[in-house]
Amino acid sequence: MQEPLIRLRNISKSFDGSVVLDDLNLDIKENEFVTLLGPSGCGKTTTLRILGGFTKPDSGQVFFDGEDITNLPPNKRQLNTVFQKYALFPHMNIEENIAFGLKIKGKSRDYIRDKIRYALKLVNLDGYEKRDVTSLSGGQQQRIAIARAIVNEPRVLLLDEPLGALDLKLRQDMQYELIRLKNELGITFVYVTHDQEESLTMSDTIVVMNQGYIQQMGTPQNIYNEPENAFVADFIGDSNIIDGIMIKDLLVEICGCRIPCVDSGFGTDQPVDVVIRPEDVELSTDPSNGFLSGRVTSLIFKGVHYEMEVMAGGFEWLVQSTLCYPVGSEVGIQVKPENIQIMKKPESADEKAVSADA
Amino acid sequence: MRKQLAAGPYLIWMIGFTVIPLILIVYYGLTDASGAFTLNNVLAIMQPTRMNALFRSLKLSLICTAICLLLAYPLAMILKKMSHGGRSGLLIFIFILPMWMNFLLRTMAWQVILSRTGLINTLLSVLGLPPAKLINTNGAIVFGMVYNYLPFMVLPLYNVMVKISDDVIEAAHDLGAGWLQTFVHIILPLSVPGIISGITMVFVPALTTFVISDVLGGGMILLIGNVIEQEFTFTANWNLGSGLSLILMIFILISMFLIAKYDKEGNGTAF
Repeated sequence: MQEPLIRLRNISKSFDGSVVLDDLNLDIKENEFVTLLGPSGCGKTTTLRILGGFTKPDSGQVFFDGEDITNLPPNKRQLNTVFQKYALFPHMNIEENIAFGLKIKGKSRDYIRDKIRYALKLVNLDGYEKRDVTSLSGGQQQRIAIARAIVNEPRVLLLDEPLGALDLKLRQDMQYELIRLKNELGITFVYVTHDQEESLTMSDTIVVMNQGYIQQMGTPQNIYNEPENAFVADFIGDSNIIDGIMIKDLLVEICGCRIPCVDSGFGTDQPVDVVIRPEDVELSTDPSNGFLSGRVTSLIFKGVHYEMEVMAGGFEWLVQSTLCYPVGSEVGIQVKPENIQIMKKPESADEKAVSADA
Repeated sequence: MRKQLAAGPYLIWMIGFTVIPLILIVYYGLTDASGAFTLNNVLAIMQPTRMNALFRSLKLSLICTAICLLLAYPLAMILKKMSHGGRSGLLIFIFILPMWMNFLLRTMAWQVILSRTGLINTLLSVLGLPPAKLINTNGAIVFGMVYNYLPFMVLPLYNVMVKISDDVIEAAHDLGAGWLQTFVHIILPLSVPGIISGITMVFVPALTTFVISDVLGGGMILLIGNVIEQEFTFTANWNLGSGLSLILMIFILISMFLIAKYDKEGNGTAF
């Protein structure tokens, strides 16, 4: 098992009396693309700022390559940050912006010139050396901000919602660019976003956060398919979260129907949250086909699929299907046992953060 | 068309109270009592007393500007820091507060405080110390200038400071710059427009003042402003007074030129 490059230990931080991070522990491995994902105010940006050295934790320690860097100022850390609003130096041209970190470190003129050329090529902006910062579009400015950071050969690149200010198409292009960059550079990326799609696309590991707690950490597939609690299920993609009762192992009751599932170990007659992804709900035109029957109340065409709402068993089911069931039609609802995800109801404080609205 | 009409009152004001007086001064300055063209009024500056007054004015207003800059710059940085918590308003208010009082009044107040039997010397004698000569010195005049003109340095500096985004400063730290390097490479260059307009807004009134030197210099120390004032009031030689004003105007034009050059975006002006 590889020793993690970054270890956050028992980090707590509050601003003006409100707790932002509470006893946070997080390991980041070398050469990993880690995304901190969560709604605004979940502590993801604070975590990044603590890594960058811009915010001091109230308690806890930050280890980098085994060394305690908790009290090290940002300019002494081997990581560089790409800021949300680019933060380019407005009084310098592109070349001077990118050269800034290298000049501070006293690198030779030839070295700096080669580095600038290399970095501009990497972000697909060769020949932009003498341009003015203000003459660039948002996407170009963000590329320059990335170039300015990577010329310093950081071991970790911290990115604070770098694509947040860009429009959808550009954002998607930049997502691929970032993945390519990470593979070419072979360094660790720590990426902060509130965009779940972005995190699923790019990450090796997603850390889902809410109200200062880590809710779940895992691969995108893992987070999407096996959400550990209702918050994660709700935040990552759409989902039906239904109150249920775990009758016994492999049998759960929802909407008054007992249906088989694949989960066990919850005890008997325990209240649980049941998560079913909308694409896993199977409809049929025969209302008797399935454990529940209901009526389609809305229908929207989404391009790849249709999205329907079905009123059944006192619950409004969100359903995605390539087949179209018109509004008002009676349908039967069926879900495969392996597509039913059972979760414990929250109990303790950090689990309570789960039920709070995103 | 309507927009141009709206500019009308301002244009009339400009022409009536700026352009025409300026033309009159140029006319008087370049003519003698009979109305014939002459450069004598301008060349009259060469006379030793007037030369001395001009150089003293330049010297004192430069010292005043330098002191204002040194006091205001750190203050503006502190104000920027405080503006995050929204607490800078009160401090700025305190700095502006003296401007609510009459200019002459607050200068005369310093006359009382600094005079031979004034507040400071009374305190000194209570402490058993010999009295200090404070009033009627160059120092008193510079002090009066700094006291009166400091807000004009603080405001434009504060204005540019709050516009320097924290991200940019953090980015500099992030790229390895320590506090001093960040100041030299980022904060200082980005605040140049504020420095320039602050300097102009302090230097120009300090250079032309005659009230401060009158009140705190006791009429013993002549600045170029006093010399010009005397030509208009005592000797009633408008031609000579105007001629000397033209010399002063050259210095003011130079500082205006500097503003135009460094403050193209107009983001350094305070008001």
